[in-house]
Amino acid sequence: MTFDMLASQAFTGVSIFTILMLMALGLAIVFGLMGVINMAHGELMAMGAYCSYGTALFFHAYLPDLMDYYVFVGIALAFVVTSIFGYLLERGLIRFLYKRPLDTLLATWGLSLILQQIYRQFINSKEVEVPTVSWLRGAWQATEGVALPLSRLFIIGLAVVTAFAVWWLLFRTRWGLRIRAVTQNRTMAGAAGIDTNKVDAYTFALGCGLAGIAGSSFTMLASTGPTTGQQYIVDTFIVVVFGGVESLIGTIASAFIIGQMQSWFEFGMSGSMARASILLLVIVVLFFRPNGLFATKVRR
Amino acid sequence: MSNFNRRDFIKTSGTVAAGAIAAPMLNIRTAGAADSVKVGILHSLTGTIAIAEKSVVDAEMLAIEEINKAGGVMGAKIEAVVEDGASDWPTFAEKARKLLEKDKVAAVMGCYTSASRKAVLPVFEKLKGLLYYPTYYEGLEQSPNIMYTAQEATQSVIAAMEWLFKNKGKTFYMIGSDYIWPRTTIKIAKVTLARLGGKLVGEGYYPLGHIEFSSEINKIKAAKPDVILNCVVGGSNVAFFKQLTAAGITGKNQTILSLAVSEEEVSGIGADNTVGTLTCMGYFQSLKNPENEKFVKAFKAKYGANRVTGDTLSCGYTSVYLWKMAAEKAKSFEVEKVVAASANLEFAGPEGKIKFHGSNHHLWKHARIGAFRPDGQVDMIYESPLIEPNPFPKL
Repeated sequence: MTFDMLASQAFTGVSIFTILMLMALGLAIVFGLMGVINMAHGELMAMGAYCSYGTALFFHAYLPDLMDYYVFVGIALAFVVTSIFGYLLERGLIRFLYKRPLDTLLATWGLSLILQQIYRQFINSKEVEVPTVSWLRGAWQATEGVALPLSRLFIIGLAVVTAFAVWWLLFRTRWGLRIRAVTQNRTMAGAAGIDTNKVDAYTFALGCGLAGIAGSSFTMLASTGPTTGQQYIVDTFIVVVFGGVESLIGTIASAFIIGQMQSWFEFGMSGSMARASILLLVIVVLFFRPNGLFATKVRR
Repeated sequence: MSNFNRRDFIKTSGTVAAGAIAAPMLNIRTAGAADSVKVGILHSLTGTIAIAEKSVVDAEMLAIEEINKAGGVMGAKIEAVVEDGASDWPTFAEKARKLLEKDKVAAVMGCYTSASRKAVLPVFEKLKGLLYYPTYYEGLEQSPNIMYTAQEATQSVIAAMEWLFKNKGKTFYMIGSDYIWPRTTIKIAKVTLARLGGKLVGEGYYPLGHIEFSSEINKIKAAKPDVILNCVVGGSNVAFFKQLTAAGITGKNQTILSLAVSEEEVSGIGADNTVGTLTCMGYFQSLKNPENEKFVKAFKAKYGANRVTGDTLSCGYTSVYLWKMAAEKAKSFEVEKVVAASANLEFAGPEGKIKFHGSNHHLWKHARIGAFRPDGQVDMIYESPLIEPNPFPKL
């Protein structure tokens, strides 16, 4: 293997890592911290993607001069729309099901089907085209033989910024302190004067908003259609479960490990075999560490 | 004891419910029996494959509407019974049974994926039904109860391979989704390549719906093939083409021929990402002949100016006409007679003149290779003579 090849593959690994991390951050909060199995998480990503699509259409029609910058508006809009949707969802449905995790699973799965059908019925039953802005097309020629796609570089940057923002929010603000308090011990947190209902709703909204950001930025790499969410949901859950529920660092580490494995396995074998091998390794690890890589040790 | 009661209750209520649903249908059937004939439409209207199948239904309904306007089939108006296979193969089998047993349809236009066809095949053979299958497929099948109205493998992949080898280069990289159609197609392509004396420099298979192709693209870059043969299907194509373009591999600097990308798919992939890449189909919307111009015009008038036609749409549209002509030739709607009358039947449709084979239920067809334009339409660059269908090629 030449140096160029090695460098390209290493970059691919980093790129898959950031994509997986961006996908999983929202779920790590919703599922990891709050314990809500949100099967509609993929459809929220699709919602984010459709926000980008809508923004692109709007800019194309009314602000063609600013078309090159629509991507930022698209991502911001995706965050706002999906987090508002998440807030309403938590208030209207999820909060009644906190003590019934299996029912949450069914309810959110039903919701995912409803959302898919809404996309199909009211937007388009086919995939829609979301244009990539001109300055993100093509690749940066790092050396003669190594070309790094700009869209992937952008996603790497976005993922780092998002991850840092989430860390800051959870560990450096009073609001994050409240979230952590509620997830550790709801009753005690309530007794200490924290409005647990409000914290729940905002946390869930944040998780959904992160899904929106992920979905919106992935329009540069993949398709946008009614079933787009289904392409993401399995990987997202694997990353969160493998990393260890309740651990953000675990989620990031797990995204890194799975990303690297996917990159190198796919290089060495056919895509389907690579996927099967990754799943097999994940199963073996979970067999020995049932709570994931970074399980928090608590007495239950 | 309570079990028995419950079971009895379910049984009786089930019968009552079935009766209540069936009763109005029976009335319709007796009322319309004299001057109408029922034709089933069996495609996925919901689920993953609906993306591709819904517009085939539109094309088939257009043909039915045209035939009815022109007086029907032997004076009988066609009454379409539309069922949803829901992208789920057992559902396809169940709905096929319903169409044949309950609606007693004279023929069914239906199925898209090979998996759904394989699921309904035993139903059609057992109940002596007649299915028109309008999708290009891998061949290796010939049922007495199915008429195959799109290309089989030898009419697309072998023709494409020969043309590519002659005009574009000797080394090939093949990539596909991981299920029966791409696997079989690539197998046939590999044998053809070996016969021609070319070289395979790499191949890869990815699960349906896979969206990460960067490792594969690195492999392609390292292998430096003359030609990439793309058998990726569905939404994955969007990811594949976007990532190829981002990596600097485009139709301008690399020969890429797709076997499952038509004008329809391009509207989702984005024409920017497919410009200059090749496709091999039996039909393109841009074909210039009076039948096609009429078809495209009627399709756009009925469903909207921004809609595009494509290979499966043309085959679905043609299927209804082929059935009509065979029934008229046989002077009967009976399956056996219609099948017998179909042998050597000729028809001038949107894809030009085509003809049923004397015995193997497939059509003599053209293979056409074209390059995608910036507007998502195709410029034809090669048209083969009519190729004899051969669903069981010697490899």
